[in-house]
Amino acid sequence: MLNIIIYITLGFMFTGIFFSTLRFVLGPTAADRTVALDTLTTIAMALLVMLSFISNRFIYIDIALVYGVLGFIGVLVIARYLEGAL
Amino acid sequence: MNDILTIIGMVLMLIGGIFLFLGGLGIFRMPDTYNRLQAGTKATTLGGMSVILSIGFLEPGWFVKTLVLVIFIAFSNPISSHALARANYKRGNKPFLKGGPEYDQYREVYEKKEENTEKVKEEETA
Repeated sequence: MLNIIIYITLGFMFTGIFFSTLRFVLGPTAADRTVALDTLTTIAMALLVMLSFISNRFIYIDIALVYGVLGFIGVLVIARYLEGAL
Repeated sequence: MNDILTIIGMVLMLIGGIFLFLGGLGIFRMPDTYNRLQAGTKATTLGGMSVILSIGFLEPGWFVKTLVLVIFIAFSNPISSHALARANYKRGNKPFLKGGPEYDQYREVYEKKEENTEKVKEEETA
């Protein structure tokens, strides 16, 4: 039962990643691309935590935390740059 | 006890997956940058938090660490979406309004703020 739920969730998450990547490639303005990047960061954090459960390794949760912090700082810097303040 | 935790974890994981999918779909389908921000950031906040919390329920030894991640998402995602919306407005990207431009209620506040900063700058130079 748990296996089936994990497969279904992974399918949903990869479909979401596919659509976000499409917007990241197509997006007309730079702000659209940054929004898509923000979404991709959050989905990738959830995916890394799922990976740590599937492969039964505790260390991937730390990697998810570091990835989240770096993505957050990156999005803030890009937003500051789009504002024209950087 | 363990069975209950497993069932809670499975339900949370399914909810989170559905919301992450909806966030991606909203980013692709919405017509405007502000609508995309709304769909992408809020849906993925809930989805990511429930997927991460479900792993904490399925593996009770990891619960504290997953809680740290959930709190981090709850703090960081609204801040980044706010910064993006503000940058987008300052860039001159006006929102898509059905009733016309008079519904843009942030404009008056923004223009007043801009005038104030210009006045301060003139006083400083003079």
